[in-house]
Amino acid sequence: MERAVPTMDAELANRLLSTMWRIRAFEERVAQLKRTMQVHGLIHLSIGGEGVAAGVCGQLRNDDGVYSGHRAHGHAIAKGAPLTGMMAELMGRVDGLCHGLGGSMHVVDREHGMLGATGVVGGNLPMAAGDALAAKLGGTDRITVVFFGDGAVQAGHFHESVNLAALWQLPLIFVCENNGMAEFTSRAEHSPVDSVSDVVAPYGFKRATVEGSDVGAVWTGFGKFLKLARRGGGPFLLECRTHRRAGHYEGDAQEYRDELAEQEWAQRDPLARFQEQALADGLIDEPTAAEIETQARAAVEAAVEGARKSTFPTAELAAELVYAK
Amino acid sequence: MSHEIPYIAAINEAIQLEMERDEDVLYFGQNIATTEDDPFLKAFGSDRVRVTPISETAEIGMAVGAALAGLRPVVELYMAEFMLVAMNQVVNEAPRFRYMSGGRVKVPLVLKAGYGFTAGWAGQHTGSIYSMFTGVPGLKVVLPSTAADAKGLMATAIRDDNPVCYFHHYLLTLEHGDVPDGEYLVPFGQAAVRREGGDVTIVATGFMVGKALAAAEALASEGISAEVIDPRTLVPLDLDTILTSVEKTGRLVLVDQATRYGSASAAIAADVAEHGFSSLKAPIKQVTALDATIPYSEPMEAFLLPDEAKISAAVHQVLGGSPVATA
Ligand SMILES: Cc1ncc(C[n+]2csc(CCOP(=O)(O)OP(=O)(O)O)c2C)c(N)n1
Repeated sequence: MERAVPTMDAELANRLLSTMWRIRAFEERVAQLKRTMQVHGLIHLSIGGEGVAAGVCGQLRNDDGVYSGHRAHGHAIAKGAPLTGMMAELMGRVDGLCHGLGGSMHVVDREHGMLGATGVVGGNLPMAAGDALAAKLGGTDRITVVFFGDGAVQAGHFHESVNLAALWQLPLIFVCENNGMAEFTSRAEHSPVDSVSDVVAPYGFKRATVEGSDVGAVWTGFGKFLKLARRGGGPFLLECRTHRRAGHYEGDAQEYRDELAEQEWAQRDPLARFQEQALADGLIDEPTAAEIETQARAAVEAAVEGARKSTFPTAELAAELVYAK
Repeated sequence: MSHEIPYIAAINEAIQLEMERDEDVLYFGQNIATTEDDPFLKAFGSDRVRVTPISETAEIGMAVGAALAGLRPVVELYMAEFMLVAMNQVVNEAPRFRYMSGGRVKVPLVLKAGYGFTAGWAGQHTGSIYSMFTGVPGLKVVLPSTAADAKGLMATAIRDDNPVCYFHHYLLTLEHGDVPDGEYLVPFGQAAVRREGGDVTIVATGFMVGKALAAAEALASEGISAEVIDPRTLVPLDLDTILTSVEKTGRLVLVDQATRYGSASAAIAADVAEHGFSSLKAPIKQVTALDATIPYSEPMEAFLLPDEAKISAAVHQVLGGSPVATA
């Protein structure tokens, strides 16, 4: 595993911590709202993955594209999606980012380069390659990132997309969140290849595996690839080892696994880990850290209030949007 | 003798009994046998009960190959939409081989998939897409609506020598029902008359059977007597039972959770129009989902889907607004 030494300063530390707290606060609130049925449907939380979302999306421009999958809230928020639009979407309201028609698994916010999320595992991979192709043909230096779990790697379309991206040298960065689980089974039951970055070895492009709960390592690892991609390089694959803190979905009884001991979770919690480190390194002080959390929670509360003010979409809207006019 | 269990348990009971009966039956798919005390794993071991990665093309394709080699795989797909990843295997391999070989080979295979999870699962997990498969000669398509049928149709599906798409409705998963003990087979191609009536025939599938029965109950209090038919299998379809009923009632309402142009009801309506036209006293009425992707937002989901009120309204319409019109 690559041990990256993050080039961290106070400003960056503050920014990363803010993003991670916004995601954490959002996810915790969504879990509560789901329990009281104010958010309905199938919800996958990204607690434990905040370091990847913040470390990757924090370096992207609005014109860089991101595709995500079923566990997409954190990616969208880190990419700049407004919390109220996100929350309203999850509450099925007309002022949601997708007018309430898409929901948790299908957030699109083109203004911020959140191109979409798909609930069919790996369905996003070839689409992201298509976006990267468009970027390349357009002669711009914008790039595309696709987030996916280790579960997607065993799908045929993963291999097809990797091959084409490599063959056509697309400005695409594959970011795998390897949390060692796909739904209720472990990676060992899915593949004899433990490390996702090893799966793409024969294609010859640059790849790396980093500790996903170390946002600094994600930042550095991704930053290297991004720099090369901006200059026309690609594709690349960054594997981030993470821990899925919550169940697969909200309501999952999790009988298939043992709960991580609190102590071990503290090690793998990207937020706690980074906050502690930043405090120890003097990049941030206690009051500032507390303030960041407070602000994140307040922003999420404001988003919930904002969402509640929005109405539900109308029948006309649901009927009208089937075809582009 | 019977016992009361949920729909999902009835399905599992059938698979279990068939696995006991026939060693060639395999069960595989994602996320099955996730704990060591899983009853399938304990009873049949990890050779016959296999966890797969997220690799639908290989899962289904291997099932086809294993079936051609003499085994009888049951593939657990969870969601009907995941079959779409492996469309070639489902549509262009499994059902074609027997025919293309001039009948020299067979593909005994069950693709078990849930559908219609209209509870906020949004655009890609809620479809009622069975009719994508009814148009493929060589595939059989099964749609149980009760716990007993869930068991009996699964057992029949496993013993069938053809690829069978077994679609169970997600919103029925925990619905309890009386299920016959031991070996229990429900033959394919035999519709069930769930309620007898003389004024109008309602043909409903899957989850819609319950809605149609509820509507029929409410209509009864207005003096309208509705017959409710559940085809149970779409391929083969028991058109005779439907035609016989329409002969009696002269009126037909079809209820289907699928979108109009991807529904089973459209095909049934066409068949009745062709073969039962002379019995009809009013145009056939279809109550289907509207032709749109299922939206996430709860009120919009409801807006798109058939419900009791829409069924009752359709019945009133074919009766010309009043049951008196039947006289
Ligand atoms: C093609 C397909 N098959 C199965 C599923 C059901 N499913 C949803 S999430 C999931 C596990 C995904 O695991 P991974 O990609 O590692 O992401 P994680 O949930 O761990 O973040 C599965 C099997 C699906 N959505 N799509």
